[in-house]
Amino acid sequence: MIKKERHVLVILPHPDDEAFGISGSISMYREMGVPVTYACLTLGEMGRNLGNPPFATRETLPQIRKAELIKACEALGLDDLRMMGFRDKTIEFEDDEKMVQLVTDLIKETNPSLIISFYPGLAVHPDHDASGRAVVRAVRRIEPEKRPTLYTIAFANNTKDVLGEPDIIHDISDTFDKKLAALKAHASQTVWMMKDLEEKLAAGDPEMNSRFRYERFYTYNWENDFE
Amino acid sequence: MKKVQPNHLQELISSFAGKDVYIHLETTNGSYAAHFNEGFFNAGAFIRNVVVNFELGKVAGESPHRIGLKLPAGWIYAQGITHYKLDEQGKLLMAGLDPEGKLSVALQISETPFD
Repeated sequence: MIKKERHVLVILPHPDDEAFGISGSISMYREMGVPVTYACLTLGEMGRNLGNPPFATRETLPQIRKAELIKACEALGLDDLRMMGFRDKTIEFEDDEKMVQLVTDLIKETNPSLIISFYPGLAVHPDHDASGRAVVRAVRRIEPEKRPTLYTIAFANNTKDVLGEPDIIHDISDTFDKKLAALKAHASQTVWMMKDLEEKLAAGDPEMNSRFRYERFYTYNWENDFE
Repeated sequence: MKKVQPNHLQELISSFAGKDVYIHLETTNGSYAAHFNEGFFNAGAFIRNVVVNFELGKVAGESPHRIGLKLPAGWIYAQGITHYKLDEQGKLLMAGLDPEGKLSVALQISETPFD
């Protein structure tokens, strides 16, 4: 079961982060009538996949990925997409306080009951970790009884050693088609894997089904703060 | 982008010599390299919109090519360049794409800043 929320605020750095991690959940919230705001910090400008023969250049990739992001959000019924204009792979080098303020402003404006981002230090990509840091720091400044719930995504290889098992598991079977549509919308990032993925899912491959039909989150535990 | 034709690329690089130009230089293994292959030593470098004025630029070697720019007091080079394009804005884009189409290295030269 998925808990109904007043407003969900999603803060992730790259177009396609939402598709892999939380697109089934986003669709479920939207189908329940819950407003979802998605702040996507960059356009994934530094994506490596240009094809061979190439379909893009370093300079055309951002516009391609922007169009893909818009299409993915449409597939999920997400109508409040904010493209924040940062550059891929630079989030950790921005001024830390500026990033916290950006998150604080989004919280003040949208008044979310739930925020979804990455778990700082267990999210593999430096931009993921930096986004999660800014979110945790911004939420920490809110009085404990007024804090929105914070779901974090963690997938570093040592995640279970540090955090154990995720406490929130969404069975997204009902919106799985929308998740697939969002993944497909990010064609520049996923076209090479979609055929294989769909074949494995159709064949009932247990690993792929477990990975893509469930979305897993760790509710941020303020008693076990990352810093 | 097309596969490098050394003579044509040489002409294009030479056309930027002696001018103030903006450089994009990047090497990367991808941010997930050490996630998928634990113990992998992930290194890379990135500069964008740094202005230089090179006196001599050369394409060297067979594909993947090496590109070197000699500056009045220094050097820029990139190794592993496979593809290139002069885009609609006159920016010279060079990239090294591995067999899967993933960018490993990029060197770009332009008289106007990159976005």
